[in-house]
Amino acid sequence: MTIQTTVDAHLRPGVSMRARNLDKSFGSTRVLSGLDLDVPAGQFLAIVGRSGCGKSTLLRLVAGLDEKTRGAVSFEEHAPVQAHDVVRVMFQEPRLLPWARVLANVEVGLGARRGDVDGREQALEALRSVGLEDRATEWPSTLSGGQKQRVAFARALVSRPRLLAFDEPLGALDALTRVEMQRLLESAWLREGFTALLVTHDVAEAVALADRIVIIENGAISRDIAVDLPRPRRRGAVEVAELEEQILDYLLGEAAGRAAE
Amino acid sequence: MKRAVTHRQEALISSGGSICSDMSRRIPWRAILESRASAWIVPMSIVAIWQAVCVLELTPSTLLPSPMAVIDAARRLTLTGELPLNLGVSFLRAIGGLAIGGAIGFFFGLANGVSKISEVLADSTLQMARNIPHLALIPLVILWLGIDEEAKLFLVSIGVFFPIYVNTLHGVRSVDPQLVEMARSYGMPSRELFGLVVLPGALPSIFVGLRYALGVMWLTLIVAETIAAQSGLGYMAMQAREFMQVDVVVLSILIYALLGKFADSVARFLERACLSWHPAFQRERGVAP
Repeated sequence: MTIQTTVDAHLRPGVSMRARNLDKSFGSTRVLSGLDLDVPAGQFLAIVGRSGCGKSTLLRLVAGLDEKTRGAVSFEEHAPVQAHDVVRVMFQEPRLLPWARVLANVEVGLGARRGDVDGREQALEALRSVGLEDRATEWPSTLSGGQKQRVAFARALVSRPRLLAFDEPLGALDALTRVEMQRLLESAWLREGFTALLVTHDVAEAVALADRIVIIENGAISRDIAVDLPRPRRRGAVEVAELEEQILDYLLGEAAGRAAE
Repeated sequence: MKRAVTHRQEALISSGGSICSDMSRRIPWRAILESRASAWIVPMSIVAIWQAVCVLELTPSTLLPSPMAVIDAARRLTLTGELPLNLGVSFLRAIGGLAIGGAIGFFFGLANGVSKISEVLADSTLQMARNIPHLALIPLVILWLGIDEEAKLFLVSIGVFFPIYVNTLHGVRSVDPQLVEMARSYGMPSRELFGLVVLPGALPSIFVGLRYALGVMWLTLIVAETIAAQSGLGYMAMQAREFMQVDVVVLSILIYALLGKFADSVARFLERACLSWHPAFQRERGVAP
């Protein structure tokens, strides 16, 4: 059975994603207008932008959590698959079931495999990979914010995502826990090979993790930057810092330009 | 002076054990007052005052029997079998009515909380009916069903229906939509979503409804038995009034109080067992977060 799962994992690498002419309006407010985006399989893409620019909306459309007003999102051009089969989301909040023990919360990610003999073992394994196996039988309310988010991450991992969308999951964590979580995300991504979509307003985080950064402005992608830096990226390395500043300058410059108008 | 102080210090140092026994000889009021048994201090004091009033003959015994007389009545009626019979009859009526009305209220609460269509069809009617005092139905119920068991069951069912319905509905509605979205995004089928997310989320509110319903249940039953019955505690009290057996009347009233307390304890126990995940109950048990 273990061999089977290993084979399965190899057969299920990341999926490619293509969005065409995406529109999303809430009432008369147009949040996304004619957005095009192609993400190759296995890429780590960061989506940055000022708050309210529509980056979370894009993520929710990709994950199929909201209905798009117009346009199309598709996965795997050659063998199309549905969003709810391949995309998993890590939300800003951990969203753990307070009435289920930590392990049971991870098992939610197993979906139809929940209750299988090896399902529990996989959930424990995922919990081990985030370093919380010894808390398996506790209630979520006894965990710290960072630990809760790690349980949510284990839940996402055990569902074997082919595209994992992160909706600012580290936004509410303290600086130290944040760095720790970033390392955890990166190593899981390198190990599992899923496509990663990280929505963040933290430019440093985007530069530290992503292969590619897109900036969203006025409901469309205004810049598309390849981050060609070797991993693991050292925080404070010259190239990392330069790129970070370049992007920040761009974002701030845009704001200044708008204010001048 | 200085010497005396040193003396005392020496004494303190040399006899560490006696300090401890000194401390324990003081009565630990705080510990006593915080223990569970202290809940009985007030009721017991009331009984003691009551007994004193009767012994001192401050009131005529035909109006207020002494606690001893009430205990004696309980013993007498237990021996004749009258008390156990009436108690059993009342208990079955209460449980039966709670089961029927509670189940229907629970069902409608869930249905209207989960389904928009069901809510549109049923909720406004139920909200209108909720504002009719259910005891006002007694004359109608007697006309329809006589004074048999159906009448009591019907009234108790109606009485417990609404608190359970309203609180179940509220509980289902107030389930965190973020959790529902999370579960759906993991492809959780509707049945599991209900069992794993909606029902546990609604449970704290359902328990509030249950405890409220227990109060209504006794109230309704006693009123119904007082007015239209041929057995039960309420009937026993009414019969006793006819024969001026004031001790039996008081006994009945005390039994209502004990039954109410008992029902509430059972509900609390269930709550503790089902909501052990809830931070409020973890604090109560002294589990450190």
